[in-house]
Amino acid sequence: MLQPPTLPTNYTVKQGHIKTSTGKTIRTEEMIINMGPQHPSTHGVLRLEIVVDGEIIVDCIPHIGYLHRCFEKHCEHMTNYQQVIPYADRMDYCSAMTNEWAFALATERMLKIEVPERVEYIRVIMAELQRIASHLIAVGTYGIDSGAFTPFLYTFIDREKILDLFEMTCGARLLYNYIWIGGLSHDLPPKFVEQAKDFVRYFRPRLKMLNDLLSYNEIFVKRTANVGVLPKDVAINYAVSGPQLRGSGVNWDLRRDDPYSIYHKLEWEPQVGKGEMGTVGDCWDRHIVRMHEMEQCLNIIEQAIAGLPEGNVQAAIPRRIRPEKDAEIYVRTESSRGELGFYIVSDGTASPFRVKARGPAFVNLSVLPEIAKGGMIADLVLIAGSIDIVLGEVDR
Amino acid sequence: MKAQEIFDILKAQFGDALIETTISAAGGSASVGYAMQLWIHIAPDKTKEICFFLRDNSAMQFDYLSCLSGMDYNNGTFGVVYHLASIIHKHKIVLKTFCTKDNMHIQSVSAVWGTANWHEREAFDLYGIIFDEHPDLRRLLLPDDWEGHPLRKDYKVQEFYHGMKVPY
Amino acid sequence: MEFIQTLLANELVVSILLSLLPLVFIIAYALVVLYTEMKVAAHIQDRVAYMRTGWHGLLQPIADMLKLLQKEDIIPDKADRLLFRLAPIIAFVGTYAAYAVLPFSSIYIGSNINLGAFFLVAVGSLVVVGILMAGWASNNKWSLFGGVRSAAQMISYEIPTAIAIIIVVMITGSLNLQDVTKFQDGGIGNWVVFGGPLPWLQKLMLMPFTIITFFILFVSSIAEVNRTPFDLPEAESELVQGFNTEYSGMRFAMFYLSEYANLFTVSAVGVALFLGGWSSPFGTFMSGPVWGLFWFVAKAYVFVLVQIWVRWTVPRLRVDQLMYVSWKVLTPWLFVCLLSVGLILVL
Repeated sequence: MLQPPTLPTNYTVKQGHIKTSTGKTIRTEEMIINMGPQHPSTHGVLRLEIVVDGEIIVDCIPHIGYLHRCFEKHCEHMTNYQQVIPYADRMDYCSAMTNEWAFALATERMLKIEVPERVEYIRVIMAELQRIASHLIAVGTYGIDSGAFTPFLYTFIDREKILDLFEMTCGARLLYNYIWIGGLSHDLPPKFVEQAKDFVRYFRPRLKMLNDLLSYNEIFVKRTANVGVLPKDVAINYAVSGPQLRGSGVNWDLRRDDPYSIYHKLEWEPQVGKGEMGTVGDCWDRHIVRMHEMEQCLNIIEQAIAGLPEGNVQAAIPRRIRPEKDAEIYVRTESSRGELGFYIVSDGTASPFRVKARGPAFVNLSVLPEIAKGGMIADLVLIAGSIDIVLGEVDR
Repeated sequence: MKAQEIFDILKAQFGDALIETTISAAGGSASVGYAMQLWIHIAPDKTKEICFFLRDNSAMQFDYLSCLSGMDYNNGTFGVVYHLASIIHKHKIVLKTFCTKDNMHIQSVSAVWGTANWHEREAFDLYGIIFDEHPDLRRLLLPDDWEGHPLRKDYKVQEFYHGMKVPY
Repeated sequence: MEFIQTLLANELVVSILLSLLPLVFIIAYALVVLYTEMKVAAHIQDRVAYMRTGWHGLLQPIADMLKLLQKEDIIPDKADRLLFRLAPIIAFVGTYAAYAVLPFSSIYIGSNINLGAFFLVAVGSLVVVGILMAGWASNNKWSLFGGVRSAAQMISYEIPTAIAIIIVVMITGSLNLQDVTKFQDGGIGNWVVFGGPLPWLQKLMLMPFTIITFFILFVSSIAEVNRTPFDLPEAESELVQGFNTEYSGMRFAMFYLSEYANLFTVSAVGVALFLGGWSSPFGTFMSGPVWGLFWFVAKAYVFVLVQIWVRWTVPRLRVDQLMYVSWKVLTPWLFVCLLSVGLILVL
């Protein structure tokens, strides 16, 4: 049996951590509260140990690992690189297309495969539809966290239409196994383009309605403005990415700054938080960046559908995937939550030697103790909601 | 900036701590001009100094640590791979350090980038690499009283955990 | 009431029967409002609620009641047993006692005391005690938070409620709710919210202030009953039901019932004070003792519907914002109204 090494014990919420009052007639003490793994608004099995002084948070210690499924160890025992795709799906289960694409992209670059143009366009359409679906979940559950139960139902109606599109193409609504290494598993069905155009036309006014109902609601603004402010330099130092980074005012989007696929041919703008309702980098900024991003996704989808070329989507799928020995690559893509990166090392056999998945939610969550200090418990719920974590990606 | 230029600047500054640049076998797709895989080998006890330099030097300004991965090379060597990026200059670099099984100590870079805190905890959790000067090195993904480091190549899963049979 | 007394000729039995009438009303009303809330919430959220139990789910409230009645009664191990058992009873007693002074009709009021409105405010504070007890006795830090927040909230919002009642008392001259209603008898123009039965110049000057007062009374009464946007004590997303967390079965049903009964009480108080109580808006058309009951319940029910509507539309306020609204927004405005109404009445 391996012996664990002796650890430095400067963590534990022991007696010295909690401040008790001295010299007063009534003894006061800070309280430790456990926002346990099961909780309606931690968006999954996340445990937050909070030290509070009344309602003000003094310290917040996240405990993760409740959903750890040993993704990286499994990858080392796969018999084939294609077999990893369904497992990669299940990492960030709310945004599965982007996971698959990141892994497929990494392997294709390692093998130097050129995929047909049609495959690129379809991948972009699927990823953007997935981004809208994922942001709809984020926005809907954010409404519930703040007490507005109704926008959740409205966003899920819109999401149903996207899931219908996915089901029409690959048969699955949530976990697709669609983007394969070198191509796609199925081509688009005949009615897809028409239905996608209908969806775009249907969704634009719904976005405006959602904004009126939730984003610009006086009470919602009061709850989220100036709450959980993430300054720009802290964000970059903590390697935060995605809407959270853009909400803090950093104009960084991997689709434009480290381009992959055909994004450089399409016209769209990354959305940046401007501190409209409070400070730059507060919860409201992150929320409105997600709302605006959904609109930009609609633009991308329209352009991609308009420029969709003909081709065979399965032409470049290799029969044997065997990269060279000591080949390694790190590829980063812009998933719905931020920078999703895969670092793959090969040893010349058909199964990967090492796969490291850099999940954006994992990194974005690590900044929570910094920005939650000094706020109230009610704020903590909203801050955790604005980070938009999916525990499958945090724990892998 | 290209990796060779970065290596030259680092060599001038740190001398012995750097050992070599190597081009990996994967060159990257030519159409996108994506050649990222040159990596710089640095010593395990100088990582913090070198990373501070990389972050603060005005020509390089690697202010973004994309990924920090633990590695087990299956021949008694372990290591850590750092993927750095710069938001200001938009360039990237890869650093690698190695350590042996008897001396699993690598200097922590959590003072340089706040994100390294959790990444290093994860590397410790899954590989057993001990990061010196880390403010709070304990397990992250696995329970605190788990035995062993699962991602090692020679890992044998434990029989029982709190009375529950683990392998099935 | 005298008529029933002559029928049975036994004072004690009569008074017990009469005081049980509101209980019958509460239970019947609870079934109706459960169904309404469920359907209104569903239609606001663009879905249909239960359609299978009975035609369009009409029997669902009965099914809910039966379910709650037969549930296992769980008391946590380290909970303070006496307080835990006492809390829902006290909360319900506080709510029910308020029904004693509500003027349901011109011939029926539970207890025609001259201090009706004062009694209401006093007895409404019992609910706070019940909730605090529940929060403390559950031996659960989240329930404690819920209980403490609720106590702070309800105490803060009693001040705007009380001042609004004082304003009405100044106009009508009596704390007795039956007298206040009789004062407003005779048609919609006589309602206090439109200035009361006073000369039209005074009425015109009073009207903006009475409308503001009515609105503020409505808002603070939503806060008194812990409904969104003021439902922090039972905020589901943070506190997993707040002070209610450890309660199950019949005890939970008591809290639930007391919350819905409170909804009606505060609407009824607003109606009795400002909107003419059991008097018909058309003057003599459709008025009479039985019609009075109908008007009273219908007007109160409209405001219950408004409260349900607001609940499903709007997010909730944070604790300090809640306090801010009460102390720094509602109370100053009410003092302005108080002074103005006083001045206008004197002149």
